[in-house]
Amino acid sequence: MTSIATEAPVDVNGVAVPNRPGGRVLAVLRDAGASVPTLCYDDRLEPQGTCRMCLVEVEMNGRTETVASCTAFSEPGMKVRTHTKEIVEYRKTLLELLLSEVRDPAKDSKRAALGDYEFQAAVREYGAEADAFRPLERRQKVDDPNPFIARDYDMCIACFRCTNICNDWEQASAITVAGRGQDSNIFTKFSNLLMESPCTFCGQCVNTCPTGALTNRKLANAITPVSMDWEGEVEEAESNTLPAPSGDAVQLGPETAVERTKTICPYCGVGCGINLITQDGELVGSEPDFSAPSQGSLCVKGQFGSWDFINSDERLTTPIIKNAQGEFEPASWDEALTLVTDKFKHYRDTNGPDSTVFWSSARTTSESNYLAQKFARVALETNNIDNCSRT
Amino acid sequence: MVGKGAMSNSIEEIAGADMILVIGSNTTEAHPVISLRMKKAVRNGAKLVVIDPRKIELTKWANRHVQLKIGTDIPVLNAMAHVIIKEGLYDAEYVENRTEGFEALRRHVEIYTPEFAEELSGVPAEDIAATAREYAAASPKASICYTLGITEHSCGTHNVQAVGNLALLCGNFGRENAGVNPLRGQNNVQGVSDMGALPTDLPGYQKIEKSEVREKFERAWGTPLPRRRGITKITALDQMVRGEVKAVYIMGENTVVSDPCSGHSRKALEAAEFVVVQDIFMNDTARLADVVLPAAAFAEVDGTFANSERRVQRVRKAVDPPGEARADWRILLDMFEYMGVPQDLESPSDVWDEVAALAPILSGISYDRLDKEGGIQWPCPTPDHPGTVFLHEDEMDSGMPGQFAPVDHIPPVEEPDDEYPLFLTTGRRRSTYHTGTQTGRAIGFDELVPHELAELNPLDADVLGIEDGEVVRVSSRRGSLDVHAKVTDRSPKGAIFMAFAHPDTAPTNILTNDAYDFITETPEFKACAVKVERLGAGDAAEAVAD
Repeated sequence: MTSIATEAPVDVNGVAVPNRPGGRVLAVLRDAGASVPTLCYDDRLEPQGTCRMCLVEVEMNGRTETVASCTAFSEPGMKVRTHTKEIVEYRKTLLELLLSEVRDPAKDSKRAALGDYEFQAAVREYGAEADAFRPLERRQKVDDPNPFIARDYDMCIACFRCTNICNDWEQASAITVAGRGQDSNIFTKFSNLLMESPCTFCGQCVNTCPTGALTNRKLANAITPVSMDWEGEVEEAESNTLPAPSGDAVQLGPETAVERTKTICPYCGVGCGINLITQDGELVGSEPDFSAPSQGSLCVKGQFGSWDFINSDERLTTPIIKNAQGEFEPASWDEALTLVTDKFKHYRDTNGPDSTVFWSSARTTSESNYLAQKFARVALETNNIDNCSRT
Repeated sequence: MVGKGAMSNSIEEIAGADMILVIGSNTTEAHPVISLRMKKAVRNGAKLVVIDPRKIELTKWANRHVQLKIGTDIPVLNAMAHVIIKEGLYDAEYVENRTEGFEALRRHVEIYTPEFAEELSGVPAEDIAATAREYAAASPKASICYTLGITEHSCGTHNVQAVGNLALLCGNFGRENAGVNPLRGQNNVQGVSDMGALPTDLPGYQKIEKSEVREKFERAWGTPLPRRRGITKITALDQMVRGEVKAVYIMGENTVVSDPCSGHSRKALEAAEFVVVQDIFMNDTARLADVVLPAAAFAEVDGTFANSERRVQRVRKAVDPPGEARADWRILLDMFEYMGVPQDLESPSDVWDEVAALAPILSGISYDRLDKEGGIQWPCPTPDHPGTVFLHEDEMDSGMPGQFAPVDHIPPVEEPDDEYPLFLTTGRRRSTYHTGTQTGRAIGFDELVPHELAELNPLDADVLGIEDGEVVRVSSRRGSLDVHAKVTDRSPKGAIFMAFAHPDTAPTNILTNDAYDFITETPEFKACAVKVERLGAGDAAEAVAD
């Protein structure tokens, strides 16, 4: 720790921040609040240094050079410039080259409803033109009819985040890169069908994809496209932006039509963070919350299974009481609450408090569980309160 | 023993362990995101040993798969302790300063030689010895992760104690990347116990039978409290059958489907005079109720869940509940009112503040902090306390040293015999969850696991003449069902595996045994005896005799 205090700071665009011994330049940039596009970078993986978008100019011991900030190590006394004229122009050109390989992301109304992907945000930030270069002939499409993950090769910029997260983080080894250079393709061995691959549908490839080449098919199907009448004007929205796996702030696109609510996955005890996505008051899907300790990781249940049951038309919507014939009939809350409490009072007072029991639930909130045990002890006057944690 | 029913360490710490011993946890399927930390540790050079009767997916990352026979965990764990003590590999200073009962344990495990354990468990003695040596060598950066494969046995408590003995011997408590880590199964299984929804404990694991505890709560709640501990669910079911328990209130649990020997739970609830079920769906348990109350689901409520690593995290409302459904907390506040004991509480945040005031381990946590800082791990006694990443750093709980617990092998209550020659062990699959209430309604999930599967070893399948994919009849002394056979060497010879997420077509728990751990009353889901038969051609209802 002492080394940090005594070392010369790093100068990022004129802002002095402590050096991170053994750390990368990118981390120091973020400490200084500077932002560069990072299209092949994911915090959870070793840096690749292939997209070249995070290039910065560094000055050290009188020497100036241009380095990829995700791979270069920071050093005390280093001077970093993230937005020199040359670098900004370079990034714009790189983005325009990428745009010539993909469909114009600005023309996708469903994507617009969800907010910018990192690539789109970078295109907007740098004013990259979609028609600056002659569009590249696109590779053939391969249909993969699985219910969860849609692959759109027309949006792939070959950053390989998806194959890296699958192979290095999940270690599922479901997808790989086939071909080289401009012919490279994300591919599943043998049939090229995810259902027949080792894929567990954890969805990490979808979440890390910076362009929307991989999308959550269920979410996309549920979303109502936004109006595309806007003319490229960037409006300031409050919070509706896709999470950036890299941790960078994403530039906001046109006003988006969904809302996100940060909460916790309703399945196992790992407690991964999710954002529930609502549109016009309807729950349409979820996505990982990268700010939670789960670091954006989810399994198939949290990724693709956390909202359909909420919307099910089989949900109970009214209290029901069994009549003398043993049939259920809808009742008002007042009727139900009166009946339940009259009965419990009766058994408590006639047969003794211990003739009643309350079973609480590992599925509901702690607050409800607190009230359940208090209700048993204070209102039913018994310690006959238990839960399913032993079963 | 030491500690509480929670992970002693944090999920992230698993990635930094030098060795991970996974016993009775099918981590890649039941806790997929925790398995990522294990895989990361292996990539960083950690040793991983999987002790499990089944060849689970995690064995692909393991240095060794210790494939023991079902229900023989204690012989293997005791033999590991035997080797560690005999070869002087334990942490003598730790044992001296922070534990009690070493001498008794040393004498106790003397007979548990690796060779003796091999006879009982089928695991080669040298594998047991090697695992013991590796565990000791990696200490104190060795983490043991377990889950229901350890606890869901009639000797579950003893299994946990045998695990604890190893960790104490090698000083794996109170240190980073070490510990004993039960991976908890449900989103708020930690929170429900933290809140005192237990017959013995008030919120924050404060014992109801201690008068000073009771007095504190009596003052806060302004009413005398019952002194005697309450009864567990299992006891309550028995008392319903005997007519002693008359009225039961069930909040959010499909007992009839999730509990062992479904026939027994059904009979008990039918015998009760008044049953209330509060849930989000009509289910088999609710059908037995006199009143069913519509509850709000997680996406429709504010509150907190506590995860496996003791982290309290905010749950936030995204949409309104359907129709007249109400949040559980709201329904309960209404119930208080109708019972004539109205509560001066208006919101989940009010409720939390009351919890924090009464439970010292949670006193420093507030909604304000959770919003600002994200989840916080208890114990967190004061508002300026950062929360506790791993337990027992300074001392064992309540300043007590860790207590060694000499335990003996107890076989499962029901073992295979001539009539029911196979073990049935139950568990989860990655893409189905519990009784299937949620995953069964998730669009697309039926393509992943369309129906229940009885996983059967190829050698057993050969003997029985069963082909992969055919529908077979599985029967135990308690019931019988038809299910698709999956012929796979994931199942060891002599045992089949089933989940219980397709209760409409294959209600697995009609087969399981209502034997319980005699201390915690956890059911023995992991072992009962069954037979598997081919169905007669043409008549699926007629089983062919073997």
